[in-house]
Amino acid sequence: MNTSVAQPVKRFHPGFWTTVFGLVFIPFCIVTVLRFYKGLGAVTHLSDKFPWGLWIGFDLLCGVGLAAGAFTLTAVVHLFNLKKFEPIVRPTILTGFLGYIFVITALMFDLGQPWRIWHAIVYWNPHSVMFEVAWCVMLYTTILAVEFAPVVLERFGFQTPVRIIHALITPLVIVGVLLSTLHQSSLGSLYLIVPSKLHPLWYSQLLPLFFFISAIGAGIGMVILESYLSKRAFGRQLEMDLLEPLARAMVVALGIYGLLRLQAIGRNHAFSAITDFTYEGRMFLVEFVLGVLLPVVMLSFRRLRTNPRWLVTGSFLAVLGFVVNRLNVSITGMEGAAGVRYVPSLAEIIISVGLVGFGMVAFALAVRYLKIFPEHPAVTEGGPEGS
Amino acid sequence: MTVGLLFDATRCIGCGACASACKEQNKLPGPVEEETSAYTWTTVKPVGDIYSRRLCMHCLVPTCASVCPVGALHKTPEGPVVYDAEKCMGCRYCMMACPFDVPKYQWDRAVPIIGKCIMCTSRVKKGEPTACAAACPAEATIFGSRADLIREAKDRIRKNPTGYVDHIYGLTEAGGTSVLMLSNQPFEKLGLKTNLPSEPPAMRTWQVLSNIPDFVAVWGVFLYGVHWITARREVVSTHTPQQKGPNTTDDTHTGSRS
Ligand code: SF4
Ligand code: SF4
Ligand code: SF4
Repeated sequence: MNTSVAQPVKRFHPGFWTTVFGLVFIPFCIVTVLRFYKGLGAVTHLSDKFPWGLWIGFDLLCGVGLAAGAFTLTAVVHLFNLKKFEPIVRPTILTGFLGYIFVITALMFDLGQPWRIWHAIVYWNPHSVMFEVAWCVMLYTTILAVEFAPVVLERFGFQTPVRIIHALITPLVIVGVLLSTLHQSSLGSLYLIVPSKLHPLWYSQLLPLFFFISAIGAGIGMVILESYLSKRAFGRQLEMDLLEPLARAMVVALGIYGLLRLQAIGRNHAFSAITDFTYEGRMFLVEFVLGVLLPVVMLSFRRLRTNPRWLVTGSFLAVLGFVVNRLNVSITGMEGAAGVRYVPSLAEIIISVGLVGFGMVAFALAVRYLKIFPEHPAVTEGGPEGS
Repeated sequence: MTVGLLFDATRCIGCGACASACKEQNKLPGPVEEETSAYTWTTVKPVGDIYSRRLCMHCLVPTCASVCPVGALHKTPEGPVVYDAEKCMGCRYCMMACPFDVPKYQWDRAVPIIGKCIMCTSRVKKGEPTACAAACPAEATIFGSRADLIREAKDRIRKNPTGYVDHIYGLTEAGGTSVLMLSNQPFEKLGLKTNLPSEPPAMRTWQVLSNIPDFVAVWGVFLYGVHWITARREVVSTHTPQQKGPNTTDDTHTGSRS
């Protein structure tokens, strides 16, 4: 069944994807030039009333969050010693690494003076969450690079550095998990400072915890999605025996998260926003029903969880809900206090979509030329439609 | 001694002399705009029969300074909250975080910086009043030590209780500010936020940030402990029985739901 689906796809895709890539790439370049030549105001819908938009809400918050699969899985395999998950560690580390590169590149667009990004290293302000975020990005990207390095090194036959990294893997993973914990939660802490601005459906002193747990849920969702997508692209089998228990972990993470969120909303006396069906309430329902309730209920059933199609649907919903949550915190929840509606400009969307596209191309190339998936032979010339 | 400004909306005649003086003093390009911007640090706007003035409040515990990752903003001992454009990398967290929405950005420039009232630091350091206070013909904006200004404001309310809202805006808002305001209209009518906590917002972040070292120590030891225990268990029995378990023992609980 799968092969019959894959056949027409194979014939159609190369031209299609090349066209898409071209369609995104050329505007991407134009926007980039305009952005740096004319300033942020010329290409974005950001303003004094709404200084943070899509590039923070999607690129930064979601980029980091969706890379959470990397630390979750390395912890599972190397710390909890569940070695059977080893085969999917490499693709998750790769996603994590690309995710962080994506975030850094997006920051290069969003910062007013990106060439000063190194200022965060020399001028310290430990009272600033943004300072913590900056250090976590830098350090964890480095850790991910080191964790991923063996894959590249072994391809070129350097054995000694690979052995050194293997010997150091436990401390590396521990530091990686520590940094990730700090980083995921600190993105939530960013919004602790705006109690008078962020809508009570989202504001809570527990924001750091919410961001952390939901990132684990969505990170696992990404692992499952990725396995599915690469299966489609490279004609591989879904590792159901690995993904099914991961789905259970996702259900638990999302379940705890959902309950905590409801408690926080209760404490803020904000349920009226939902029952009154306000703008914020509607956006919350989209986020919560799609991204928490549905996946938790669906994937609680063993019959659905063991069916690849439902498993992938559930994971997709969890990831989607996660993205909506981050956009709600950063955009929907802030619009009321700002007194303006923010809709990203086409240019902002082009940059975000373009960067995601580059990430996917990089992933596909890595899968083709490096040993990312265990049984997949590296380099199949004239291979399938990955890019 | 920390200094500050007292703006009395009931005295303001809406001449806009403060806004023009600010432009001149700080060499800001262009005419005075409707709303504060990176190039207009203070505005005067009619609200009913009185006038509302907007400028940086120069918080006692400035949120903007606490959130800036590179420390480009800081409160001087004299009172002004000042900005170092050389350090700023343009993350705009200060704009996001400021409870009074004060910092503004140069959206139209390729090399942009933040713009906000700096309480004429260079003048204040020399002991002179700010340019806006010096220019005000109606003494609606006056300059002085914060303690004196509070005394003066209380005095005005006491002498004319029907002529004022019984509150000094800035006394406790967001932990207190060096710029204080008086009005005979509710402050939200002047476009000022009245839902601000009296605890500085920076405290909420610090409660979390200050725990990080402890957290790192405990979490780090915990993670290593987990590794140590599980690795040890693997040595004891190379075959881990609980790995089989979860795949099969789930039926009862899903069955009960379906
Ligand atoms: S009003 Fe805003 S910009 Fe001014 S000192 Fe306070 S936090 Fe900073
Ligand atoms: S925009 Fe500049 S001044 Fe404001 S927080 Fe960022 S680095 Fe600091
Ligand atoms: S104190 Fe100085 S910088 Fe601030 S509004 Fe008055 S004139 Fe402008």
